[in-house]
Amino acid sequence: MEIKVCGPGCAACEQAQEVVEAAVAAKGIGASITKVSDFQEMAQLGIFSTPAVVINGEVKCVGRAPKQVEVEEWIR
Amino acid sequence: MEPIHSTGCGCNKTDSSLRVGTKNIHMAKGTFAGLLGFALWYLIYKQLEPFSYFFSYSLLGLERGSHLGEAIQFFVYDTPKVMMLLTLIVFVIGMIRSFFTQERTRKYLAGKRETAGNVMAALLGIVTPFCSCSAVPLFLGFVQAGVPLGVTFSFLIAAPMVNEIALVLLYGLLGWKIAAIYLGTGLLIAVIAGWVIGRFKLEHWIEDWVQEMRAGEAIVVEQKLTWAGRVERGREAVRDIVGKVWIYVVAGIGVGALIHGYVPEDFMASIMGKDAWWSVPAAVVVGIPMYSNAAGIVPVVEALLGKGAALGTVLAFMMSVIALSLPEMVILRKVLKPKLIVVFITVVSTGILFTGYLFNLVI
Repeated sequence: MEIKVCGPGCAACEQAQEVVEAAVAAKGIGASITKVSDFQEMAQLGIFSTPAVVINGEVKCVGRAPKQVEVEEWIR
Repeated sequence: MEPIHSTGCGCNKTDSSLRVGTKNIHMAKGTFAGLLGFALWYLIYKQLEPFSYFFSYSLLGLERGSHLGEAIQFFVYDTPKVMMLLTLIVFVIGMIRSFFTQERTRKYLAGKRETAGNVMAALLGIVTPFCSCSAVPLFLGFVQAGVPLGVTFSFLIAAPMVNEIALVLLYGLLGWKIAAIYLGTGLLIAVIAGWVIGRFKLEHWIEDWVQEMRAGEAIVVEQKLTWAGRVERGREAVRDIVGKVWIYVVAGIGVGALIHGYVPEDFMASIMGKDAWWSVPAAVVVGIPMYSNAAGIVPVVEALLGKGAALGTVLAFMMSVIALSLPEMVILRKVLKPKLIVVFITVVSTGILFTGYLFNLVI
């Protein structure tokens, strides 16, 4: 599973990253988590507000840090 | 709460109305709890001033009118007052903001023409959730959706400048007139500055890669929110913002308390007063590299005004601190060529200067 967390590195984006990592650890799933901080790459993904979480190419949430239960639901 | 529940169900026999009845009871419970909470908040809030006098002059036995006494009383009164106001405001605004997502704002502005678009953008800039680090993606989204450059700038100026927290704190600490002046001039600067930038036709000063950007449709993941969800958003905002901002507030009130207690009356009149013509530009220049949270700057403003500083000068200082920040410029540099950033800073600081002089002249 491939998970991308998009954000330039502000508090909300750090939080999104932590939540995703915690969810992956809690579910015990093998997943590669990459951080996207390049605005050009975000724009190509269609993301114009941050933070955003993309799982296997599908944008799951835009403009807010998700909750851990939500992420666990997405990666099941 | 049980008796209310049974009366609610008793008068609704059919299944569907039963469901509506339960939902209404949840709403009623929520509203009741909200009102009760607010009443309690208000009772405590009203006790803060007498308590601060009691604490400083009776409990600590400090002399009324002494430097230390004045400073401590200011601090003991203002700290809980500002924190209580802040908590209430952030909660309410957190709820209101759940109605205004960046996606909706963008969609709405995309169809707008200039002038009307500038006004709309400035107003939306106040209520749309925004932090300076999301300025770039937001800018890209606006450009991609075809929002005119000038309208985009009206948004980018209004969003940090007319800060809702500063607005309500000004209302709470200095009265509605100053709050209204701040709101009115902030909006006006955003509208006019955006309009002026639009007239210059500076689209070619956006970084090349942005102009060549051929991105697909913006992806929108709308979340359905219930009222309970919106209340939760309000709570999250309080945890998030108040948790982060309190240190600025306490530091701001600390500085304010020192000014209040130790700086002689009318001392500020000589350096920040009406007669010192150079004080307005000086206030703007000093304010640009300074970055403070809006909540932290208001107590300082309150203390400066109390010592004879002119309203226009103080307002210019505050706007410059809040609206023009170095970190935001560094981030915007990724999408704007340096020339456009210079134009942006020049237009906005001219607007602030104008406001400062205007109020020193009028009031």
